[in-house]
Amino acid sequence: MISNSAKPIIEIKNIQKRFGSVTALDGVTLNIRQGEFFSLLGPSGCGKTTLLRIISGFDFPTSGGLYIGGEDMAEVPPNLRPTNMVFQSYAIFPHLNVADNVGYGLKKLRLPKAEVEKRVNDALALVDLKGYGPRESHKLSGGQRQRVALARALIMQPKVLLLDEPLSALDKKLRDAMQIELRRLQQTVGITFVLVTHDQEEALIMSDRIAVMFDGKVAQVDTPEKLYRHPANRRVASFIGVMNFIPAKVIASNSTSLVIDITALGKITLDADEQHAAGADITVGIRPEMLTILYDQTADDKDSFAATVNARSYYGDMTYYDVQINDTDIHVSISMRNTAGRPVLAPGAKTRVSWGPDSLTIIADA
Amino acid sequence: MEKSSRSLLTYALVYLTFLYAPVFLLPIFAFNDSAIISLPLSGFTFDWFLMLWSTKSLHEAFYNSMMIALISASLSTTLGIFAARATSRFEFPGKRGIVGFLMLPLVLPEIIVGVALLVVMVQLDLSLSAWTVVIGHVLICTPFAIAILSSAFNSFDISLEEASLDLGVNKIGTFFRVILPMVAPGIISSFLIAFTISLDEFIIAFFLTGTDVTLPVYIWGQLRFPARLPSIMALGFLMVLLSLLLLLVAEYFRRRSTQFSAHNSASNESIF
Amino acid sequence: MANSSEINYLQQPAKRTFWSIPKAYQNSARGYFLISPPFLYSLIMLAAPLALVVLLSLWTQNYLELDRTITLKNYAEAVTEPLYSLLMSRSLVISGLVTLTTVVLAYPIAYYVAMFGGKRKSMWLLLITIPFWTSYLIRIFLWKVILGYNGVINGSLLGLGLIEEPLTFILYNANAVVLTLAHAWAPFAILPIYVSLSRIDKSLLEAARDLGDNAFQRFFRVTLPLSMPGVVAACLIVFIPTVGDYVTPKLLGGTDGLMIANMIQIQFGKANNAPLGSALAVVAMFIVAAISISFVLLTRRFLKTKA
Repeated sequence: MISNSAKPIIEIKNIQKRFGSVTALDGVTLNIRQGEFFSLLGPSGCGKTTLLRIISGFDFPTSGGLYIGGEDMAEVPPNLRPTNMVFQSYAIFPHLNVADNVGYGLKKLRLPKAEVEKRVNDALALVDLKGYGPRESHKLSGGQRQRVALARALIMQPKVLLLDEPLSALDKKLRDAMQIELRRLQQTVGITFVLVTHDQEEALIMSDRIAVMFDGKVAQVDTPEKLYRHPANRRVASFIGVMNFIPAKVIASNSTSLVIDITALGKITLDADEQHAAGADITVGIRPEMLTILYDQTADDKDSFAATVNARSYYGDMTYYDVQINDTDIHVSISMRNTAGRPVLAPGAKTRVSWGPDSLTIIADA
Repeated sequence: MEKSSRSLLTYALVYLTFLYAPVFLLPIFAFNDSAIISLPLSGFTFDWFLMLWSTKSLHEAFYNSMMIALISASLSTTLGIFAARATSRFEFPGKRGIVGFLMLPLVLPEIIVGVALLVVMVQLDLSLSAWTVVIGHVLICTPFAIAILSSAFNSFDISLEEASLDLGVNKIGTFFRVILPMVAPGIISSFLIAFTISLDEFIIAFFLTGTDVTLPVYIWGQLRFPARLPSIMALGFLMVLLSLLLLLVAEYFRRRSTQFSAHNSASNESIF
Repeated sequence: MANSSEINYLQQPAKRTFWSIPKAYQNSARGYFLISPPFLYSLIMLAAPLALVVLLSLWTQNYLELDRTITLKNYAEAVTEPLYSLLMSRSLVISGLVTLTTVVLAYPIAYYVAMFGGKRKSMWLLLITIPFWTSYLIRIFLWKVILGYNGVINGSLLGLGLIEEPLTFILYNANAVVLTLAHAWAPFAILPIYVSLSRIDKSLLEAARDLGDNAFQRFFRVTLPLSMPGVVAACLIVFIPTVGDYVTPKLLGGTDGLMIANMIQIQFGKANNAPLGSALAVVAMFIVAAISISFVLLTRRFLKTKA
């Protein structure tokens, strides 16, 4: 499905975008592959929407190049690009019904009426809105509008579908359902999707690869799994899920392995692909689900430490604990599934927490 | 709270009566079988209306008014479309000042406008005619057109235009397939309002009309003949009916012009 | 094609096409282009003629000839001649009275519609504005009918036996002018006040109530101050055009109710002294502008409060 070896469908080369004195994009270089579900993820103001608008043609870079399907898009206006966009507000034409909305872009092809009708119906079936053709646009719910917007864009058979925070206006349950829907749709149709979102959960669920952006720059581009397990730096680590940071010191290091001494946790040896100076300060990251509370106090796991429960949040299926590592003022978050037989610990309880050497990652600063 | 709202309601109703009172006199005296406009009332008659029908100078004045109103409304609506599009979609330095200047005729006394144009005509040695009246009317109607059309243009989201472009339609196509249908009610409303204003306008027409008088100027000329007064009442009655009809239709379209707005409740107020 | 991605684009600026003109300028250029027809029209048909009026006021009329030497003679005459200053001050007083009456009477109805109108708000507003859209001339004339010697008021009062002889003080004087104009400008006053009132956040009034104010206090301490922008707008909307009104004083003013606009018209008509007429017009507009600006400055304190 995703052609790794072939030429990327979108090539973004060192794009800069300035609005007066404000720099929205500060040298972004990315390649997006044919057939992949690619997300641009970041907090508001990071430039992701600006980048999407540049790809779609509604904005243009101050400098840098954009290539879609190998062709330079510098002089191509939005209505002539091989892309189509699903707008954040959906932009459904209120004066046209659903069928006319979906078939809007086909008019200039001057197809026979029967053919247009067939394509519109196929598009509506694709987004699960069979039979909605004659319905009035203002009578649609939020979720239905979104699907009409999708159908309207997909019927144009673009090389790339651009989606600008398409799920942000929907309520939680609908959003969760649509995330799976969009993923399924992309797999069925097989074209490249580029999605902009600030919701990291959403990006993780739907994407083949994610570009995390901060302040107009790309911090990391990776698959969801790699992004989660090995974030490139502290900022990415905090943005995606929750990350515990524990200071450590380098004891010895060569090109393949690293020996470090983690505060309160002790010495361990890790595989590493870069060398660090001996004695240097380093930060270790560990996800809450990688720490386990040992309810049985007596077990003395080699890789475990003593801690005191500081606070807890009960979510029904999970409990999140904030524990303080004894003899330090380091706090870590731990998430535990509330399986049968597990007690919910109260603040002040003393416990032991276990961890494994392969549940850590080294966090680069900045 | 209840008491105060009821006394205010009473006040409001009395106020409205005061507001409408003069207008109700029109039908009363238009159908009154007496050559004198005063009480007590005599019988019922259609005579005055028939008199209007046979007065040729009246027909000419009517025709002139219609033509002038038609042209003035068309021109001011067109100018209003330009201004409304410019202000609703674009930013440029000096925008507020320019718009303020365009809306200036709303607060200038009409006599000033009339005098100014008259001076120009005389100094340039041009003769007064229906066209000079049109020029003046366009000046005072355009602000109203701008007000109505701005609200129509502002009521739909720019992403609708972007969506149209994105789907492959060029700018001209987008104008005819998206923008125009959505502002059409606003255009109609603006036209009707401008038409009504021009039809009823007196002072500028008085200053700038040549030999072709408009209806209000004609009425003014008739006012010094007491014998003509009842037929003037009849004429006034018809004019008021026409204005009312045009206004109600204009209001219907004005409401439709903002129907797609996200802030529907606020936009249902009248054009001010 | 295979080589295009190898070219070093790292430093190359985007090509300069219309699409790459900095969006700020692209926006402005289109904006100016679009607004130029109405703007140019106003410039040529309003600004230029107004300038010409000022120019004309600096020339003088010698019987049938127009003397184009620049002089302030007309202005001297306009301010010194007692008749003109009388008319001017009378116009200002009448307009002031009209403004006061109209705005004071308009406030309660604007208040009612804004606070209690509910679903019928637009219907109320429509009812209020409808009379405004009918012919101004006809409405003024109707007032003449109402106030006349044989008019409706006298007719009814006589008929009811409340008076022996028709009242004469109600027509052909300044009172008649004030009354008629108050009626004519009513909708103009109601609407801005209504808009201002309807923008007041209801929760502000609830907060005042919560802090102990009764209805009376709430009105004077919260509602009235916050509606001042609308009141000021209403005052200006009524005052400025009223000063220059021609029809009402002519039809209803008699000799005691004539206003400055009538004199201006005479200068352009029978008296054939357009320069003097222009000077009078300029002086009138200047005074009106000065009064309006001072009024806005004086009430600036209230205008600062935006709900």
